[in-house]
Amino acid sequence: MDGIHDMGGRQGFGRVRYALKAQTFHEPWEKRINALYSLAVKAGIFNMDEYRHAIERMEPRHYLSASYYERSLTSLATLCVEKGILTQEELERRAQGQFPLSMPSAPGRVNVPTRQTFKPGDKVRVRTDHVPGHVRMPGYIRGKAGVVVSESPKYPFPDAHAHGIHAEDEPTYDVRFNAGELWPNDADPAHVHVGVFQSYLERVS
Amino acid sequence: MPDNIHFRLNTASVEARVDAIQAAFEERGMKPAEFIDEFRELAEEKWLPENGARVCARAWTDPAFKARLLANGRDAVAELGLTMPAHHRHLVVLENSANLHNVIVCTLCSCTAFSIIGLPPDWYKDLEYRARVVRQSRTVLKEMGLELPALTEIRVWDTTADTRYMVLPMRPSGTEGWSEEKLAGLITKDMMIGVARIAGT
Repeated sequence: MDGIHDMGGRQGFGRVRYALKAQTFHEPWEKRINALYSLAVKAGIFNMDEYRHAIERMEPRHYLSASYYERSLTSLATLCVEKGILTQEELERRAQGQFPLSMPSAPGRVNVPTRQTFKPGDKVRVRTDHVPGHVRMPGYIRGKAGVVVSESPKYPFPDAHAHGIHAEDEPTYDVRFNAGELWPNDADPAHVHVGVFQSYLERVS
Repeated sequence: MPDNIHFRLNTASVEARVDAIQAAFEERGMKPAEFIDEFRELAEEKWLPENGARVCARAWTDPAFKARLLANGRDAVAELGLTMPAHHRHLVVLENSANLHNVIVCTLCSCTAFSIIGLPPDWYKDLEYRARVVRQSRTVLKEMGLELPALTEIRVWDTTADTRYMVLPMRPSGTEGWSEEKLAGLITKDMMIGVARIAGT
């Protein structure tokens, strides 16, 4: 989905709020929620792709105003409700207030049937698919051309794995893009490397 | 937007919401308190940037190890007793040089090789870094205190899959004969993310 989480290349943001030796956690509850979603993954309630997708499905105003760990909390609660482990009523009764959850999921998809294999040096283009469910293709590479630099081991296909659909594992290709082609006339010169699933790519002849 | 105001006024605090889930898990026999203690120990004592620093120092002093590290990071760090979660199937180590600088990001969320370089710092997961570093890499690095020479090539690595990255900094001159431990002391989490370099490199 072309969600609010797809931040790469968006304009209008100010300086990174950087500090030397910055902390990962600021409040004790943040560590607890990180542990609780890890526990849910370990218990097999959901997988990491489902977890990421439930964050992406947060209502956009909520996503943007929530801290990182509030997003974790919202994803965990949403999935526990969707899987029938908890109900929103129980959560709101216990929390004594509203407990906002993410928006419902759109359907996922299986691997692209015409997917091709590539080798380092191949010129590729990112397909111009618009996917209603989970996808790990950042919008800034859609339709853009790059060069394959290497291949990873096979992973579960996130577009299916986030939706409980069976699909074949696929490799990701490390594809090198030129920032000047991703954002013509408006990017600092650089190469941008993205791990792109096989189903998202087609060969450029 | 009346709906939005309604949403803000009546929402339980984040702490109350975490408590609610924890209590519900407790009631279902999932033993969340024990797991939180285990997690705290991992986060505070195991997933530390000192792990990655040790990997880098070994790569600086042992060329055969460095070759294995660059070929297959996951297997090479295992030689030092370091493990990665099962779903991190690949660790790609990115070597900086005088003319090349690597920097990592996850524009879609916050993915990192956290068991090796430590859990990501707050700014790494925040909107500004995720939005800007892919498009304005040189500007963002400069704002963060790293001014690169004009001719240095920048490579930005977006962690969109479960392949994880870490940057191997350049070994500074004048460190010949140093122990691995002393060399490791030069390396920080920010250097392995790629928003800092060792002075003089």
